[in-house]
Amino acid sequence: MADQILSFDEAMEQFDPVLGFEVHVELNTKTKMFSSAPNAFGDDPNTNVNEVDLGMPGVLPVVNKAAVESSIKIGLALNCEIAESCRFARKNYFYPDTPKNFQTSQYDEPIAHDGWIDIELEDGEVFRVEIERAHMEEDAGKLTHMGGATGRIQGADYSLVDYNRAGVPLVEIVTKPIVGAGRRAPELARAYVSAIREIVKNLGVSDARMERGNVRCDANVSLMPKGADKFGIRSETKNVNSLRSVEHAVRFEIQRHAAVLAAGEKVTQETRHWHEDTRTTTAGRPKSDADDYRYFPEPDLVPLVATREWVESLRAQLPEPPAERRKRLKTAWGYSDPEFRDVVNAGVMDAIEETIAAGATPAAARKWWMGEIVGRAKVADVDPADLGVSPEAIVELNGLVEGGKLNNKMAGQVLDGVIAGEGTPTQVMESRGLVLVSDDGPLLEAIDAALAAQPDVADKIRGGKVQAVGAIVGGVMKATRGQADAGRVRELILEKLGVNA
Amino acid sequence: MAEITRDDVAHLAQLARIEMSAEELDRMAGELAHIVDAVKSVSEVAGPDVPATSHPIALSNVFREDVVGHVLTPEEALSGAPDAEDSRFKVPAILDEE
Repeated sequence: MADQILSFDEAMEQFDPVLGFEVHVELNTKTKMFSSAPNAFGDDPNTNVNEVDLGMPGVLPVVNKAAVESSIKIGLALNCEIAESCRFARKNYFYPDTPKNFQTSQYDEPIAHDGWIDIELEDGEVFRVEIERAHMEEDAGKLTHMGGATGRIQGADYSLVDYNRAGVPLVEIVTKPIVGAGRRAPELARAYVSAIREIVKNLGVSDARMERGNVRCDANVSLMPKGADKFGIRSETKNVNSLRSVEHAVRFEIQRHAAVLAAGEKVTQETRHWHEDTRTTTAGRPKSDADDYRYFPEPDLVPLVATREWVESLRAQLPEPPAERRKRLKTAWGYSDPEFRDVVNAGVMDAIEETIAAGATPAAARKWWMGEIVGRAKVADVDPADLGVSPEAIVELNGLVEGGKLNNKMAGQVLDGVIAGEGTPTQVMESRGLVLVSDDGPLLEAIDAALAAQPDVADKIRGGKVQAVGAIVGGVMKATRGQADAGRVRELILEKLGVNA
Repeated sequence: MAEITRDDVAHLAQLARIEMSAEELDRMAGELAHIVDAVKSVSEVAGPDVPATSHPIALSNVFREDVVGHVLTPEEALSGAPDAEDSRFKVPAILDEE
């Protein structure tokens, strides 16, 4: 049965949304959280496991120091307090992706707590999101549901389990309830997850590839009548794993809750499943006895003490925060707000920074990346940075244009050659025979031919209609296959016809 | 005496995936109450000056360097599995939730 929804505008007239997020970040350590098996993506099933990951009797976990340091760095980047002492806890439940029958996590003593992060929305408005906690835990294995019509769990005949992911270090970041976002709630949801992704990527602690599940989001939504201060009943939409779906899922849940509440009914506290194809959620299980996890301190692990010296040495390693870096670069480059926003949205800020470092002016770097490379990347369906154009190649190409060796059209062809792996711009220019003709001899011949072919146009120009010269320039460019210097051609034509431009 | 109802025991049995008969549930309700009372006596001895502890030895920060070590082959990993397919553990359909 499809859920009723109100339009987003109607929902916003009556209700204020309250959001909350749990974002799981997979760390990119070499080994797992509690075992020395490799932490690697995409390998053959059950090749990155040992006895600890499989929960065999008698095994003992040992904490990965690098994972702890990554977790502390995440906490610091989120302006959290780092706990002087904390513990791991067992979260008990039976599910085949967790062979120990418990997940080793943290419960009442997270490693980081009480932080905040400023989220900049697209128009520049800044929204502060408070962080409740960030705690360490381990990932579960991967289930594949077999049989049945859909490959989904419903109707499956059996399931297959690959434990390569079991034990991969995770940091779960939990926000405090986010109030006051109003109609910008869906946008804020997207911007928040995007910011977390950017931070962990910038820290170098996660590959942060959402399509691989490195960053996964559970989105909590509730509504309260406008002006109320008591939160409504929330739903938790699980595993919304792209930025776009986070925005859509929050919007849908707001509309669905609004319809339930407007009809005078109560929202059910439950988990929801997100469906990208229909952009809707469906009910999962209600919160109930199944959530009785009986946490208790992990007896096989000793407490973790983060000394002040250790924390400060990690703080000293933190890179410049992404938001501050953007501000600095925008000022240094002198781009306008929309210019800079386009650069960021196109994902070429790093590339432009490297190109400027290689010797290009900010304006030239932007021209090549935004004007030429981004479009080609879109056609090839890859990230602009993955197209294989080095900053040095751009500086060289730009120099060839500014030095009068290439016109813009030919430069585009040279760029295609560079992308196709034909060598440096100069090599491509030579091998493709792209030489800008500015030598007057061949140009004059082509001009004579073009004038003879269009005598009426020649007469018009002689009569003072200088703008008609374009037709003759076009003829010359065609005859020289685009390799003529158009400016020089124009001069020569006017000279020939005795017209002062 | 601690209050442990038959429903509490049934709930715990369900969480622990232990099948219990009606008689067992009744008997266990009484026994668990005694056990809880016995454990409770610890809190009478420990005053507010004794901090809660989760480990008998005063150790902290036992770490491992992030270096790849021992790994099983898929054959070894699956050698004790009741059933397997395509190098993966085969488990019955999971019905209750996703």
